[in-house]
Amino acid sequence: MKRIDGKGLIDRNRRVNFRFNGRTYQGFDGDTMASALLANGVRVVGRSFKYHRPRGLMSDGSQEPNGLVELHRDGHITPNVRLTQQELHGGLDARAQNYWGTLDWDLLEVNDLLSPFLSAGFYYKTFMWPRAFWERLYEPVIRRAAGLGRLAMKTNADLYEKAFAHCDVLVIGSGPAGLMAALTAGQAGVDVILCDEDFRFGGRLNAESHEVDGLPGHEWAATVIEKLRMMPNVRLMMRTTVTGAYDGGTYGAVERVSHHLANPAGRPVETFWRIVAKGCIYAAGAMERPIAFQNNDRPGVMMASALRGYLNRYGVTPGKRVAIFGNNDNAFRTAQDLAAAGVHIAAYVDSRADAAITGDFPIYTGAQVTNVKGRKQVEGVTITGCGTVMADCLAVSGGWNPTVHLACHMNGRPQWNEKIAAFIPVPGMVPGMEVAGAAGGTFSTLGCLKSGIFRAKEVLKGMGLSARAPVMPDAEDAPTRITPLWSVPGRGRAWLDFQNDVTVKDVKLAAQENMSSVEHMKRYTTQGMAPDQGKNSNVGALAVLADATGRGIPETGTTTFRPPYTPVSIAAMGAYAQGDGFAPQRFTTSDARARKMGAPMIEAGLWYRPSYFPQEGETHWRESCDREVAMVRSSVGVCDVSTLGKIDLQGPDAAAFLDFVYVNTFSTLKVGRVRYGLMLREDGHVMDDGTTARLGPEHFVMTTTTAAAGQVMRHLEFVRQCLRPDLDVQIISTTEQWAQFAVAGPKSRKLLNALLDAPIDNDSFPFMGCGMVSIGGVAARLFRISFSGEHAYEIAVPARYGESLFEALLAQAEPLGGGAYGMEALNVLRIEKGFITHAEIHGRVTAFDIGMAGMISAKKDCIGKTAATRPGLLGEVREQLVGLQPVGQKREVSAGAFLFEPDAPRDRLNQQGYVTSVGHSPQLGMLGLGFLQNGRARHGETLRLVDHLRGTDCFVVVTAPVFMDKKGGRARG
Amino acid sequence: MVDLTPKSPCAGLLPFVCGRVQLTENDPGVITSVAPFAGKNDAVSVHLAEAIGVGLPETGSFDAKGEIQVIWAGQGQYFIRAGQSQSVPGSATTDQSDAWACVLLQGEDAADVMARLCPLDLRRMAEGHVARSLIGHMNAVILRREIGFEIMVFRSMAKTLVHEVSAVMRSVAAQRGATQKR
Repeated sequence: MKRIDGKGLIDRNRRVNFRFNGRTYQGFDGDTMASALLANGVRVVGRSFKYHRPRGLMSDGSQEPNGLVELHRDGHITPNVRLTQQELHGGLDARAQNYWGTLDWDLLEVNDLLSPFLSAGFYYKTFMWPRAFWERLYEPVIRRAAGLGRLAMKTNADLYEKAFAHCDVLVIGSGPAGLMAALTAGQAGVDVILCDEDFRFGGRLNAESHEVDGLPGHEWAATVIEKLRMMPNVRLMMRTTVTGAYDGGTYGAVERVSHHLANPAGRPVETFWRIVAKGCIYAAGAMERPIAFQNNDRPGVMMASALRGYLNRYGVTPGKRVAIFGNNDNAFRTAQDLAAAGVHIAAYVDSRADAAITGDFPIYTGAQVTNVKGRKQVEGVTITGCGTVMADCLAVSGGWNPTVHLACHMNGRPQWNEKIAAFIPVPGMVPGMEVAGAAGGTFSTLGCLKSGIFRAKEVLKGMGLSARAPVMPDAEDAPTRITPLWSVPGRGRAWLDFQNDVTVKDVKLAAQENMSSVEHMKRYTTQGMAPDQGKNSNVGALAVLADATGRGIPETGTTTFRPPYTPVSIAAMGAYAQGDGFAPQRFTTSDARARKMGAPMIEAGLWYRPSYFPQEGETHWRESCDREVAMVRSSVGVCDVSTLGKIDLQGPDAAAFLDFVYVNTFSTLKVGRVRYGLMLREDGHVMDDGTTARLGPEHFVMTTTTAAAGQVMRHLEFVRQCLRPDLDVQIISTTEQWAQFAVAGPKSRKLLNALLDAPIDNDSFPFMGCGMVSIGGVAARLFRISFSGEHAYEIAVPARYGESLFEALLAQAEPLGGGAYGMEALNVLRIEKGFITHAEIHGRVTAFDIGMAGMISAKKDCIGKTAATRPGLLGEVREQLVGLQPVGQKREVSAGAFLFEPDAPRDRLNQQGYVTSVGHSPQLGMLGLGFLQNGRARHGETLRLVDHLRGTDCFVVVTAPVFMDKKGGRARG
Repeated sequence: MVDLTPKSPCAGLLPFVCGRVQLTENDPGVITSVAPFAGKNDAVSVHLAEAIGVGLPETGSFDAKGEIQVIWAGQGQYFIRAGQSQSVPGSATTDQSDAWACVLLQGEDAADVMARLCPLDLRRMAEGHVARSLIGHMNAVILRREIGFEIMVFRSMAKTLVHEVSAVMRSVAAQRGATQKR
């Protein structure tokens, strides 16, 4: 074991077993998988992205580039989980990613030998030829070789959640700056949310050995957290990473709800929060950056701060003989902490010649580490001027980068600060956000504490509040001393981006090949991409680029920081939308009854409607459909049409309003009558059609199609509020209020009269008549309209009676030889009559195209009227609605097929039209509706119908789009 | 004479109790939508105050007197909930009694359930407030009542409403049980 007695915030009385790559290990409660693996002496935790080099842990936080694993639970896989964030629990089964063979003997390590050929741009240059090979061969192979975690390739059964939170002040990060900011805001009485991505509040205070106010840092943090916990206006959100800053003070955040639990017991895996805050204090701290030198990616080369973190928080030392390499004073703390814990310091290398360092170990100032010996773990380090020193671990510190990410999410660019050799945020990059502590470039503990208070007061001031500063605690206030060092000159590959395998050479090659912009360099080398988002490498890579192009760092600039800061599961953002949750489901009142009758359902918008009602002995849907069509034509059928949109219009100007939205006139419609109407969009194309009934002098009910109900309602609302505010009309949807049933067929009136409290006749309800009736004492609306061409009605009752009325209609229909019919039959019935649906009015057709140009009233204006007369929208060039009937041997017409002259090549250029609807008429055989160039003048022509996708190829004769009862006598009968 | 049997939107779906939250169907009585015509707002309000004792409420709120409530329901639109339908001169009225599935969400953790379904800032929603917003994917009218939240969605979406709210209720109950750390 590599634990140091008496160190760490772990509970040594609670041992936890866990599995990594099939082996069982033991750690303690309070460990991360990373600390527990280090304590077990596990060095290699993964293989690198491109070269499959063995990699070990590098950091102790969410910036970890190497320690990414798959978590397996009940056959499901969560990929790319960071070992440094994953808390230990008894059910943990983690597996390394991206290797072929075993983690120790990865067959693809051969890539490492081929590295001279695999430099930046290799794929772009190599796999260009032959062209077709890219998709079929190269890409699949490359993807297999280079990759992150896998998915289980099963439907994800895990539960995820989305949530909203609102507060006055959001504090991001709970280090010294965040804690003081939260305390300041909390004491001012405003609503505060404090988020931290860790499972312990306190930030770096948990990882460092210095004291605050005479207490160990972590203890002081715990006392502040206790104070905050007692405040009812403060919410503490642990394990919650704020991943993005968006408009209007909105922040995205991911809470890891049950990743740390052996038994989630119904809890979601993650919750994706949208937090809306008036103000924000961003105190996300800073990340230590590496220095590039040969073999700096060997397992055991770690960040100096990570060594302190593992030692102070988890009581683990990753090595027995540790070498340290830094360019700043901060690295020295690692030496102090390790030495105090009794760890042997093999060498302390400071690249600064003037570094004033004393210690009881070999110190090399003005020196550099040029190479690392060992393959699967560090065995020695080569130091300029003194050869190789034996060591099993190397701590590296190239200085600190403030975590500027969120501050830059709204496209702000950070500014280079020469003094600390780092980019810092510029004020005002995210409205309402103040950056505090190390994230703003203040690195001393005292500075962070002060900054937290000051920035919180600034945010409160912005909200018109003044705050009392909490008592200022004592803490260290060491100045930042650093001399930048990005890469050590020398041979061999020196790594910048560990996650994407990008080296100093790659960046220089990019510059040499004129990818000199930092954005080009990033894309050419893939530096800073993927889950990592350049946390470790951005600044190093651009510094090398700056050097290679002879520019300064400020001129070179950073790439764009984009959300998310750390990866967010798509499943979390899409929570509730799996399977049936994708969209709300709308059910009619007759739904349960229809399902009981065995009707398969078809989706129409969000609605579910029965396709057909199979009867015993019927083996094919066409049998049922044919029977239902014949039933409606000969006796009576019942169909739930509640899904059609119903819009109630009332007001002194309701008639004028309808005249404006419909092409035809409604002001002349008599009370108690219904009229078919067509409405256009502003661009002159058809938007929707339907019937509108006049229930009173100032009261209309419009029926829309099922599909366009929402669109039409929105359109009417727009016209009312924006185009014609002068008209006094009120509109409201009543779709949901009424359950409406079509009763169609020669025996429809007979059926209705068996149920209505007072019988109707042709005088009281003539064709296109409407009015109130009473059924079982319930007030109902009756419309004599027909979408089948038969003598038909639609009867509407308040929805609570829908199911009951459907039952009653079916009971009465049966003795008449009638019954229920579904969408398939409804479709055949309307095709026989040439009635259009949105299959025909699909958005690209005009009233002229469907033969209804004559409906556009010359006596008034209407929406789309002028636009409908634009050149190109009229005449022979247009594809016009026609009927199609197959002739000859093959009679397989299909919707979506194209029409050609019989002898013309069947290609795009010769295409003359297309088929929109087809149906099988029991009387007339297969029928189709479609659009054909100059179609109305071509009735009688024989054309070739070709469906390239289905392989259909047959001859059709062009007809008028109405196949039966052209005069409409049946509906009037 | 045929005997038509009424059925409520959430029949067979509710009540549902989980953890410290319960979801029950709430019979809204008769809902009459009222939309005053141009310039008739005040007259309509005065008429209602005289006829049923409650005038038109402020935007985003509802007023009640006994069983009678007048609810803001959108731009220039109000819902009267009462024992019987109302005729209101100077306005467009429709019967909306059957158009809505109305449910009550109540209990100690009701706000936590709402936070997982609805983007509203519930801290600002005091008793008597109403908002048109979202519940999951659904458009909804949300009323803050003394006893909890009343949610109204399209009747046809009752099943989805119950499914979505109850799933979140289960999740919140599971998370409340998370006192033990591991």
